[in-house]
Amino acid sequence: MRSLGNIRRSFAPWSDANAKAMISIRNVTKRFGDFTAVDNLSLDIYEREFFALLGASGCGKSTLLRMLAGFETPNEGAILLDGVDLTGVPPYRRPLNMMFQSYALFPHMTVADNVGFGLKQEKMAKPAIAERVAQMLKLVKMSEFAGRKPHQLSGGQRQRVALARALAKQPKVLLLDEPLGALDKKLREETQFELTDLQYDLGLTFVVVTHDQEEAMTMADRIAVMDAGQIRQVATPAEVYEAPNSRFVADFIGSINLFDGEVTRSDAALTELQSPEGFALRMVDGQSRGIGSDLTLGLRPEKIAVTHTKPNSGVNAVEGEVWDLAYLGDMSIFHVKLDSGKIIKASVVNASRSGSEVFTYHDRVWLSFAEDAGVVLER
Amino acid sequence: MNRHWSGFNIVSVVVGFAFLYIPILLLIIYSFNESRLVTVWAGFSTRWYGEMLRNQALLDAAWVTLRVALVSATAATLLGTLAAVVLVRVTRFRGRLLFSGMVFAPLVMPEVITGLSLLLLFIAMNLDRTIFTVMLAHTTFSMCFVAVVVQSRLVTFDRSLEEAAQDLGCTPLKAFLTVTLPVIAPAVIAGWMLAFTLSLDDLVIASFTSGSGATTLPMRIYSQVRLGVTPEINAVCTVLIALVTTAVIIASVINKRSMVQRERAEQLARAG
Ligand SMILES: Nc1ncnc2c1ncn2[C@@H]1O[C@H](COP(=O)(O)OP(=O)(O)OP(=O)(O)O)[C@@H](O)[C@H]1O
Ligand SMILES: [Mg+2]
Repeated sequence: MRSLGNIRRSFAPWSDANAKAMISIRNVTKRFGDFTAVDNLSLDIYEREFFALLGASGCGKSTLLRMLAGFETPNEGAILLDGVDLTGVPPYRRPLNMMFQSYALFPHMTVADNVGFGLKQEKMAKPAIAERVAQMLKLVKMSEFAGRKPHQLSGGQRQRVALARALAKQPKVLLLDEPLGALDKKLREETQFELTDLQYDLGLTFVVVTHDQEEAMTMADRIAVMDAGQIRQVATPAEVYEAPNSRFVADFIGSINLFDGEVTRSDAALTELQSPEGFALRMVDGQSRGIGSDLTLGLRPEKIAVTHTKPNSGVNAVEGEVWDLAYLGDMSIFHVKLDSGKIIKASVVNASRSGSEVFTYHDRVWLSFAEDAGVVLER
Repeated sequence: MNRHWSGFNIVSVVVGFAFLYIPILLLIIYSFNESRLVTVWAGFSTRWYGEMLRNQALLDAAWVTLRVALVSATAATLLGTLAAVVLVRVTRFRGRLLFSGMVFAPLVMPEVITGLSLLLLFIAMNLDRTIFTVMLAHTTFSMCFVAVVVQSRLVTFDRSLEEAAQDLGCTPLKAFLTVTLPVIAPAVIAGWMLAFTLSLDDLVIASFTSGSGATTLPMRIYSQVRLGVTPEINAVCTVLIALVTTAVIIASVINKRSMVQRERAEQLARAG
């Protein structure tokens, strides 16, 4: 088993100026009637990358994927694969394969025939097909089900067969539309890791559509956050979470507290905001901002400390009342109501067994956070 | 729903079925009558079935009918399936409503009108009326029945199956033939059976469109009956009834079984 962290960090072709993109989506627009599903979208995806398209329902993820597969034709723009323009190339001649959301297994064929279907179209010799099918079924741990029909399989087993079928032709790129959407939570979590391992071991390029952000964070090298046919940010999971480029992305990924404020002091190191609620926020920003400009500080719940007494430093601290409290086992979620009426969400890891019992409803508490805990967002 | 058999329900069922089937039952019984007189029972015999097999005109007509039914059912299935595919797949094209209306109009069109209009067409085209024109006519009127049966199946067919086939290297035509067709085959077969039986017992349209040497069985029966009903005709009709009933039963069993299978698969999919 590989160690997730190290290998992942050293794999970053998107930050290498000399790296050539495998898939290049250039200013692609797709309209259905007068509705624009994908709006002047550009994107580069690199070889061996596990790329996730993340967005709310109806934002155009499937449409983009279907344009890659060739089932929809862009109204404008071009899609290049290894530098070759795919415009006008029908689905059956594209070196990409797709795994469908509904799995789309052929109901009148056995599992083995389903997996071998693509190879048969290539006119591969029968013994070679049988060998590859056996290999694929072994890969997805479905060998003993080769003779079954799809309706005799469970949802998870069907998902595996669909994956094996899409992999059988050894495509350059595998497109997956909500591959785990039909599975229950536990099975989904297990399968997420299996998918990433498989992708890594086979050295394939995966483009996955999902509306589950946890799933995208777990599996992907990079995530594209989509909204209304456009890409709002493309970055690694950590960057998308810790350094969102807009209020939209910050709000979409995980939960976040947003403080609006006016810049009172700013230099290359520190920026200070005065919030309308009447407290000062000081944070590391890395760039000098204009005095008097409006900014927003985004602060993730887990980066806020909850204490009974006022922290010594006195900066980045604000008092409030425990309004709501949820014990989740591994951590507790606080909803703290500031005197201004604003509700702040904070989460605290229950490091000791009695940790959660220290606070109760209507306690007066102090919320505090470090100067580098928040992210500065322009409004 | 009320599952009990009330007195009223029993009476209506009995009366209804009696109304429908007593004439047919009578016909079948009298086909085994010994006597030449149709209305006088003179003991059981299969004599008229023997007579029937020796009646060359009747056999010729049967052979014509069989050929017409086979050819027209096959052609109607082909055309009807294509029409159904277009109606289901191409949801937006100029004149779609008109097209679907025109496909289904013959379902309710009086047969006399269909027959007459076809006759006029053949005359206008200077087409000699032969067995070929009967086949054409039967294809025309039975293809819309096939279209209805196939369309109702295609509506629930998952398009992504076909896309998956294309994705794996099939041209659209090959995807249709290797994936769609096998999946909707039960409906197509049921459509064929329906067209076959429709052609088998059609009298009106065949009368309009057939010419010399192309007398179908219903036409022959009808003309013989006008000279007087013989038990021989009863025998022929009994054979026809057996044939049609078998075809209808097979078609509905095929359809029913595939429907049950599909439902079970869908249930499994939801549960799984
Ligand atoms: N064939 C079509 N004709 C008309 N509109 C379409 C068609 N396909 C998609 N759309 C529209 O385009 C928009 C984007 O659809 P798409 O399927 O790409 O969404 P999505 O991001 O995949 O959403 P979901 O998460 O629900 O699958 C939707 O508003 C949808 O109604
Ligand atoms: Mg979708």
